[in-house]
Amino acid sequence: MQRQAEMDGSEDGKRPGVEIPTGTVASRTYWQTVRVRLSRDPVTIVCASILLLIILVAIFAPFLAPKDPEAGSVFKRLAKIGSPGYPLGADELGRDMLSRLIYGGRVSLFMGIAPVAGAVLIGGTLGIVAGFIGGKTNMVIMRVMDVFYAFPSVLLAIAISGAMGPGLVNSLIALTLILIPPIARVAESVTTQVRSFDFVEAARASGAKTGSIIREHVLSNVLGPIFIYATSLISFSIIVASGLSFLGLGVAPPVADWGLMLSTLRQSIWVNPYVAALPGVMIFIASLCFNLVSDGLRSAMDVRM
Amino acid sequence: MGYYIIRRLLYAIPIALGVSIICFSLVYLGPGDPIQAVMPDEASAEDVARIRAAYGFDRPLPVQYGLWLARALQGDFGVSLQSNRPVLAELVPALRNTFMLGIFAALLSFTIAFVAGGLAAYFHGRWLDRLVTAVSVTGVSVPNYWVAIVLVIIFSVELNMLPAMGMGPGGSRQWEWTYANMRHLILPVIALSLIPMGIIMRSTRAAVLEILHQEFVETLRSKGLSNLRILLHVVKNASPTVLAVTGLQFGHLLGGSILIETVFSWPGTGFLLNESIFRRDLPVLQGTILVLAMFFVVLNLLVDIFQTWLDPRIKRG
Repeated sequence: MQRQAEMDGSEDGKRPGVEIPTGTVASRTYWQTVRVRLSRDPVTIVCASILLLIILVAIFAPFLAPKDPEAGSVFKRLAKIGSPGYPLGADELGRDMLSRLIYGGRVSLFMGIAPVAGAVLIGGTLGIVAGFIGGKTNMVIMRVMDVFYAFPSVLLAIAISGAMGPGLVNSLIALTLILIPPIARVAESVTTQVRSFDFVEAARASGAKTGSIIREHVLSNVLGPIFIYATSLISFSIIVASGLSFLGLGVAPPVADWGLMLSTLRQSIWVNPYVAALPGVMIFIASLCFNLVSDGLRSAMDVRM
Repeated sequence: MGYYIIRRLLYAIPIALGVSIICFSLVYLGPGDPIQAVMPDEASAEDVARIRAAYGFDRPLPVQYGLWLARALQGDFGVSLQSNRPVLAELVPALRNTFMLGIFAALLSFTIAFVAGGLAAYFHGRWLDRLVTAVSVTGVSVPNYWVAIVLVIIFSVELNMLPAMGMGPGGSRQWEWTYANMRHLILPVIALSLIPMGIIMRSTRAAVLEILHQEFVETLRSKGLSNLRILLHVVKNASPTVLAVTGLQFGHLLGGSILIETVFSWPGTGFLLNESIFRRDLPVLQGTILVLAMFFVVLNLLVDIFQTWLDPRIKRG
């Protein structure tokens, strides 16, 4: 069913703008419905566009940034917003803020997305295995997850990252670790539900192998909810990752990173408060947009968790 | 109910043990030998060996864990490598200060969230609902450490109305409930309350909305019950879900206060953690995490029991 719907959706995607004049909603396929719902949701479209823009700017930073993000000028220290040549001012070492904000998106966005991707791979697998096999395997996996759940997540990230020492890789590991349990929980509960559906029973009765049942029936129904849930975690991951950098646990200076910039500029709020607040604006915009896009996708795809 | 409580208590024991194992292993996550990490570079080989034996690092890991746990259960978390004082002596005032912030932030955020979330559900689809939804999404998406800095910029730098850091004239030692000291609480409490406010607003709205859509509310209304009476029914039915979220948020609030405490130089557990991380003071790091995590475990337990007491239908396994 699902696979059929997916094919129809992509087929339709080849001729955009063509509204099939069938009139009734019931005749639309699942992905068509999702697309129509999304096109009627201006908030999601705007946020997705902003995100796309931020991501593209970060990717093409070397071509877009007007100055070297790591080269400062003593005379430009904490230059005001709107200074000639420094549209967004300069930081405490006289480095161009605009260029640093453009480059800073690279680490900050990476640290928002990569841990979630890693956690989906590991946590998703663990959850699906636990849910599909059930019994003792389920108990062992989920009880271990419960232990990680017994920590306030931000505290656990800081504890692991702090114990391992500062560094990009260490905070990446810490973030991935705290994101695995919630994803595993969602994956497990959805898989357990799907496994009890009649069509899985029917597939098994008709002699389908376990591998093909997982591939054909379980994955196609489980990946959607996991994906939606994962997108809602990106915003959290960006905030916590920047928080770790803010504490000095992320990348080392002079690399541009929104969290780290916020932290080093904090000493300058008495001199030039507006420049000091800028990196936080970027973190906020990125995280807000990810949250709203995730909400939009969830209601468009009609996923309940 | 009694049976449920006992089962839930028993279930908390392996969780607590697991938490203690993670806290114990924190020391081994660092690069190299933990002893090397805590000793100054110029320490002689004999000194290293002496300290190693004194801390029990020369024994097998399970034995070390057992000894560490036995001591921790008696309140002995070791000695701070930085100040040479017992970790507990550092931890107690820090915990008090964090709780002080946490309780005020909880009161503020929970009150606003319950009222706003409930109202939003009642006025579903109207402008008030949209406003509350927007505020709650903002609360969840905003980096609270940045809000803390913005608050300092507005109220300390620009308006010169409120203090930007510390606990007040007397500091942590001579804290009294005076006006001069209380003013220092305002900004950190606001910054700390944003995230729980957003999350609880969201779940209160969702919970109340779900109850309002149930048929029994319609029945109550057709029975001629006043709106106030109906509200009582709604509150009663929505409270288990909302309280579960609220209880956990209190734990997250205490655990996540490190960033806010760093911004305001508030001498709480977060500040202690921050210092212990950068001075590689592992006993303090370990002790602080263990105490905060154990508090969270107990909080979870209480929330579960309380929730089941409120709504006996959820006797989960």
